[in-house]
Amino acid sequence: MPPKSQLWLLATLVVAGIVSAFSGRIDPYFLDVTMGVGIAVTLAASLNLINGFTGQFSLGHAGFMAVGAYSSAVITTNFGPKLLPLVGGQVWILFPLSLVVGGLLAALAGLAVGAPSLRLKGDYLAIVTLGFGEIIKVIFQNVDAVGGARGLVGIPNYTNLFWTFGVAAVTVYVVWALLNSTYGRGFLAVADDEVAAEAMGLNPTRYKITAFVVGSFFAGVAGGLYAHLKGYLNPGGFDFNKSIEIVVMVILGGMGRHVGVILAAILLTAVQEPLRQLGDWRMILYSLLLIVLMITRPQGLFVWPLWKKKQA
Amino acid sequence: MKLFPRTLALLFLLIALASGGCKRAAAPGATTPIRIGEFSSLTGREAGLGQYTHMGVLLALEELNAAGGLLGRPVEVIAEDTQSKAGESVIATRKLVSRDHVIALIGEGASGRCLEGAPIAQDGHVPLVTPSATNPKVTEIGDYIFRVCFTDPFQGTVMAKFARDSLKAHRVALLVDVGASYSVGLAEFFKERFKADGGVIVAEQKFAGGDKDFRAQLTAIKAANPDAIFAPCYYGEAGLILFQARQLGITLPILGGDGYEAPELIEVAGAAAEGAYFPVHFSLESTDARSRDFVQKFTAHYQKPPTGVSALGYDAMMLLADAIRRAGTTDGPAIRDALAATHDFDGVTGRIAIDVARNARKSASIIQVRKGRFQFVETVAP
Repeated sequence: MPPKSQLWLLATLVVAGIVSAFSGRIDPYFLDVTMGVGIAVTLAASLNLINGFTGQFSLGHAGFMAVGAYSSAVITTNFGPKLLPLVGGQVWILFPLSLVVGGLLAALAGLAVGAPSLRLKGDYLAIVTLGFGEIIKVIFQNVDAVGGARGLVGIPNYTNLFWTFGVAAVTVYVVWALLNSTYGRGFLAVADDEVAAEAMGLNPTRYKITAFVVGSFFAGVAGGLYAHLKGYLNPGGFDFNKSIEIVVMVILGGMGRHVGVILAAILLTAVQEPLRQLGDWRMILYSLLLIVLMITRPQGLFVWPLWKKKQA
Repeated sequence: MKLFPRTLALLFLLIALASGGCKRAAAPGATTPIRIGEFSSLTGREAGLGQYTHMGVLLALEELNAAGGLLGRPVEVIAEDTQSKAGESVIATRKLVSRDHVIALIGEGASGRCLEGAPIAQDGHVPLVTPSATNPKVTEIGDYIFRVCFTDPFQGTVMAKFARDSLKAHRVALLVDVGASYSVGLAEFFKERFKADGGVIVAEQKFAGGDKDFRAQLTAIKAANPDAIFAPCYYGEAGLILFQARQLGITLPILGGDGYEAPELIEVAGAAAEGAYFPVHFSLESTDARSRDFVQKFTAHYQKPPTGVSALGYDAMMLLADAIRRAGTTDGPAIRDALAATHDFDGVTGRIAIDVARNARKSASIIQVRKGRFQFVETVAP
């Protein structure tokens, strides 16, 4: 792995930190949208590892996001007052800690769902993950300790530009580095031809579970960021539609493309804002946009070079 | 491999864009309009609720401007759509507060989404008046959050009292939408009061918002042999519940919450809606002069009768205008103080007093569906 890529990661983190320090001067609405974009990039990049590179079809990403969102929110909201003194009252220690715990629990959920179901292929896996996402939503709706259907209120607004873009950059880096490692080539092999990969001595199920667990981890972290950005969680926000939103980003960006998926995540999140003013026409235009993009660029939004048609 | 640096370059670009987004609105002058923000479910599952509220708000706005505006300035309403979706209210309110610099907010009739947007109004010291968010938690968010409707405890209590005293029901079955805070809240307070009054809850069935088939739950309820069914939910599910209940041969009285009040209820359920009871903030048949005047104006303007939320939207706007007039300024804290001091505002939904918890004190009318119309039954005070 060239050290250059690590340098890029470091540079991004530094810039995110510097810009974040001045975020008080940025219009809060713009800041909100931008952070939403950062979270979308994290979600899309992590799902891309599962759906794009490893060739599985997961429809439960919002479920993992919910696990991370709720666990990190419970840590900072319910245990925050007790935990803060332990880390010297420093939010910048507690918050990433809660994000990581949220991510780990989401990864655990990923393992629990993935281990039995990743022996399934294609449509079957899609249905299992879809079911899982709905189960998670219904569980949160029925647990009064986290507010049930009323939702969890009073989550501190810890999320800032640094954390959203830091996490987005780390996610992109990890997915990229993983795929470019010797081990990581196996993901692509599994996506291309599972039987052939197995004949070459790879264990496809193991690869699929790894992709699933890593993807769920980052979805959980993104969930934690989402919780501390919105300050309020409602199980309804993690429904099937949310999963579909993320899947659309991955498909539109071109399954298994780094840049395309990131740009699709940015575009699809940001485009909601100008469309917001159109009221009723919003959903029609958004859907039209998706249809037109899918027809004109089936290979993915941003496949380099842009002008040369490639096979998806 | 080459792609990676490009990826990060794009992230840079985005951050650069973010920092370029600092814009400030011009300082308000004498003729610049007073901006009031509205965030409602204009599209999506509860679009009926948002649209009708919005129409009420706009009617009030027109009247205000026709009468010369407020403090010598015209009034402008900037409406944002929350798409009936979780997560959208935060962005919508943030935009209204920080980008449009609204001086007050009217918004989100659905409790869940109001809970989402309210903390931003509170942080920005922008007074918020919600037309129909009935969940008690909403105004608990802070001293800038007010409402012109009654609350869930009130509705639940009123319906329990009505079931016990007027319908003489002893055994009641509940059918609750566990996906909606509104439904859960109403059921909770109904149960509390009904049990306290000596009634028995014989069954408690659940469903999730968006469900279309309630036959399993209704069959279980039928087997429990209740005297009445309390099914608080929004009109979409309510219509289907009524329809399927009658299909299964359940002829018991079905009681609901104010979420039943939409013409769509009768459109969906048809003749099956007959006999359903629910509390409303406002009855079209009210004999009050103000209410009748409002119904007339609304009908003339939109060629259709208003619903309760239209009247509440109208009242929210007018209450806000009244507070701004009394405050004599567009200053957030001053408007808040004026709102909190409201004690005899004559709204179209009745006389409103704001109590210490920033809730409206008023009574509820019980409505029954008869011959495809919402007919006034009686007024119940808790």
